[in-house]
Amino acid sequence: MQNGIVFDIKRYAIHDGPGIRTTIFFKGCPMQCRWCQNPEGIAKEPEVIFWENRCSQCDDCLNICSYDAIIKKGNTKYIDKKKCNLCGECVKVCSTEALEIVGKDMSVEEVINEIERDVIFFDESGGGVAFSGGEPLFQHDFLNNLLKQCKERDVHTAVDTSGYCPYQAIETVQDKVDLFLYDLKVIDNRVHIEYTGVSNEPILENLKKLSSNGNNIVVRIPIIHGVNDNVTHIEDIADFLLPLKNIKEINILPYHNFGVSKYMRLSSPGMVIENFPEPNDIIDEIKKIFEKREFIIKVGG
Amino acid sequence: MNERIRKLREHSINATPCLSSERALLITEFYKNNASYSVSPPVQRALAFKYMMERKSICINDGELIVGERGPAPKEVYTYPELTTHSIKDLDILNSRKKIPFRVSGETKRLYKEVIIPFWKGKTIREKIFHEMSVEWRDAYDAGVFTEFMEQRAPGHTVLDDKIYHKGMLDFKNEIKWRIKNLDFFDDPEAYNKREELRAMDISANALIIFAKRHSEKAAEYAQKKINAQRKKELERISEICTHVPAHAPRNFWEALQYYWFVHLGIITELNPWDSFNPGRLDQHLYPFYKQGIEDGSLTKDQAKELLQAFWIKFNNQPAPPKVGITAEESATYNDFAQINIGGIKPDGSDAVNELSYLILDVIMEMKLIQPSPSVQISKKTPDRFLKKALQVVRKGFGQPSIFNSDAVIQELIRQEKSVEDARNGGTSGCVETGAFGKENYNLTGYFNMVKILEITLNNGADPRTGKKIGIKTGNPLKFKTFDELLDAYKKQIRHFIDIKVKGNNIIERIYADYMPVPFLSLLIYDCIKKGEDYHNGGARYNTTYIQGVGLGMLTDAMTSIKYNVFDRKRFTMRELMHMLSSNFEGYDKHRQIMLNKTPKYGNDDDYADDIMKELFEVYYDAVNGRKNTKGGHYRINLLSTTVHIYFGSVIKATPDGRKAGDPLSEGVSPVQGADRKGPTAVFKSVSKMDHIRTGGTLLNMKFSPQILEGNEGLTKLAHLIRSYFKLDGHHVQFNVVTAKTLRDAQQHPEKFRDLIVRVAGYSDYFIDVGKDLQNEIIKRTEHMGF
Repeated sequence: MQNGIVFDIKRYAIHDGPGIRTTIFFKGCPMQCRWCQNPEGIAKEPEVIFWENRCSQCDDCLNICSYDAIIKKGNTKYIDKKKCNLCGECVKVCSTEALEIVGKDMSVEEVINEIERDVIFFDESGGGVAFSGGEPLFQHDFLNNLLKQCKERDVHTAVDTSGYCPYQAIETVQDKVDLFLYDLKVIDNRVHIEYTGVSNEPILENLKKLSSNGNNIVVRIPIIHGVNDNVTHIEDIADFLLPLKNIKEINILPYHNFGVSKYMRLSSPGMVIENFPEPNDIIDEIKKIFEKREFIIKVGG
Repeated sequence: MNERIRKLREHSINATPCLSSERALLITEFYKNNASYSVSPPVQRALAFKYMMERKSICINDGELIVGERGPAPKEVYTYPELTTHSIKDLDILNSRKKIPFRVSGETKRLYKEVIIPFWKGKTIREKIFHEMSVEWRDAYDAGVFTEFMEQRAPGHTVLDDKIYHKGMLDFKNEIKWRIKNLDFFDDPEAYNKREELRAMDISANALIIFAKRHSEKAAEYAQKKINAQRKKELERISEICTHVPAHAPRNFWEALQYYWFVHLGIITELNPWDSFNPGRLDQHLYPFYKQGIEDGSLTKDQAKELLQAFWIKFNNQPAPPKVGITAEESATYNDFAQINIGGIKPDGSDAVNELSYLILDVIMEMKLIQPSPSVQISKKTPDRFLKKALQVVRKGFGQPSIFNSDAVIQELIRQEKSVEDARNGGTSGCVETGAFGKENYNLTGYFNMVKILEITLNNGADPRTGKKIGIKTGNPLKFKTFDELLDAYKKQIRHFIDIKVKGNNIIERIYADYMPVPFLSLLIYDCIKKGEDYHNGGARYNTTYIQGVGLGMLTDAMTSIKYNVFDRKRFTMRELMHMLSSNFEGYDKHRQIMLNKTPKYGNDDDYADDIMKELFEVYYDAVNGRKNTKGGHYRINLLSTTVHIYFGSVIKATPDGRKAGDPLSEGVSPVQGADRKGPTAVFKSVSKMDHIRTGGTLLNMKFSPQILEGNEGLTKLAHLIRSYFKLDGHHVQFNVVTAKTLRDAQQHPEKFRDLIVRVAGYSDYFIDVGKDLQNEIIKRTEHMGF
């Protein structure tokens, strides 16, 4: 069975679907949202990240690297990704965990073992596993195998997706997914392309198809200042969702400013991740827009 | 809360703890004038008790509904010179120390100097204990291997059941009379001893009735003077109540509370038992009175609440008796651990939560006092509504109530061969200790420093702080080829020190049994009357002796580090390690960082570390469990630390987990501060890998920032988390709900945070009152923000 690249496993996730969950973060995402909260999930391959606040400046990493892939600039360090071959020697030698490889090649079995650790908490709370990312459907074979194993073990499954993928990817997994957490950012395609780098056409199409297939869907809308924190944008989304079936709930996620600090640890100068101010004070208004259309709405995941 | 309660509460909070010489003078007077060889020790103690109850001040504060204080006024604390006579130096320390001070007046000091100290010098229990202890015991005690609970306070650690709600003191007297009448002086060689003990109990019962009568008279006297008609009526009622209880069984809710309170004062005047005393399953005991009052219209819900609040304030008026030296270090608090239990299981096995259980949660929430120290007992049958309501109180962030697993508690008691019914009527007291309420002497004898034993093992029997040989030779660690050799050496070393501790305990138990019987306490604990035997001498139905293990989390991480880094990975040698420890990691920061960051740690659901924890748990269990005590019962283990992990840390040099010399140990069964990095489910999984059922209690501390518990959903998920831990047989968990930022702010500006209460160990305390290092530690305890 094929392995996958996972960049984090978070236990006691209480904002990714019902109950207590373990969230598996898949590495790799076809989109590049400028407000991305998990920029370490964007690149497909594993990468070495650097935590300046943890670094004791011993420079052992510089000495051990056989490829001269580590560049020191003042108190901070960069990884030259062209030179780095991910041998992990620098991470091993670093005693303060300032260097870390994000992205681990894991087998289905390894991931399932991690999931199974908290089954007692899932059972008690009606929780389960959530596959997130990155974009979990980006590694849909791996995801599919994991979902199969979860179903065999009677573990409730949630998939947190951007919906940006060929519909076949969704089709392969949909019968094994108990709940889709479907992210929707903005309906105006021009704005969507500007801020995420991709068109939202497949996202909207896939959501329509998925909703007619009978899967349970929670639509999650991040509220980003200057992108969608105004009534028009939100009404567009609400009107789009109105005719769709099986939308169980709308989650409004006010933007928090912590993606950038994570981005700073990556050595990915090409990536555009920026700070947005906290969204306008319109959360109550947004709630009303959805409530008027008789959606169940929740602020926060 | 109404105006009366608000005033009483404020009065209680603002009262300054001070030392009262009243009891010291009375007891001195008594022994000066009445000490005689013509009466047996129990009778003499009973007469001393009566002497005090006849003469001590009667205090009825303005607006009070429940009356009676230990000292002449709220927070005026007694001393017990027959156990420990404070020296002038002790008094100066108590008066001037920054944490937990007690004001000592010049007059008190003079009386101590002229009357109390000269009389008791050479006659105290404390002196006798230290005189009887062996050299090896002294060495171990001085090195900080263990503490000794009974050197300044009497064995207590017990809780009342429901007997006083059915029987008055006159009923007890009748039973005593009948027992004396039926003593068999022909066939029972103990008949005389039994008669003396029973006579002593009889005198003690009288003493309590006299004490109540004096309150009745005082209330009547005040009533006469009062112009305010409502207060006059109240005082007349109080006067009437005090003539009825404790002589007779209570007839209503108010009398039940007042009766208990007289009993409580009796216990803490007779001696200064650890964990004072407490009514135990209060919602169970009071419910029949509550129900009857509501049904016949004599009581409203608001009145019940007001009386409970008045009762709460009485506890807060009684700071723990002043302690000095090591005993002050191990329990640095005013809290006297009166753990009132709510919820749990009825004797028939059904859910015990009732309307009063909910009302008491309201009382806790509104009172926000450090004492009493309430807990909720949660079984699988407990409705979620009750757990969630309790968590709403937890969310307020003052550390109450603590949360216990009733099903585990009952299993623990049954494993100790208690009857199913006695187990279900039991609960937890002190910090987390399991007990068969009203029927058991479960005596905690002192904390045991498990990490120090590793240090001594690594030094082949010597204490590296002093160079003194205090242990046995278990081999030069540099020659150990495998981890198992180290573990074997550790096993031998711990057994050696447990031997010393047990030998000491068994002598101390006899000293209390022979010289310091407690006939009043005995009256209240089954089967002391039936057996004609004192509480200190095996009179209780069950007798358990505990040695509280401290630092399991840190011991695990230290052992794990040796196994992982020295034997498995061979990152450094034992010789290098020993050098790092003796130099406090000077020049070895990188190695230390490897220990801290790149070595498996307990608390992360990592079997490498957790398997070692399980093994170390078994080693401690095997060293202690099942030994015989001198009261017909057995030694057992529990795992808690109150504040002793700070003192125990101060006597240990650097440890192989990366801890620096002098830093605190881990507390209870919690992971080392900051070592758990995988969130709360991983902590619960790790902690539940030890067999809680074979302990008499474990203490787990967790800290949440308040936002985690926001809304119904946050609360529900926390409830699920707790239920899961309890399914795994976890014994107890308590939560600190504050942000680190708030705490740091409080450290900087104590004046702004006078009301900030935090959970310290098995109890709550004012954050500004705990020592700086303890404050730092509370801040450090992993903050599970955001998860």
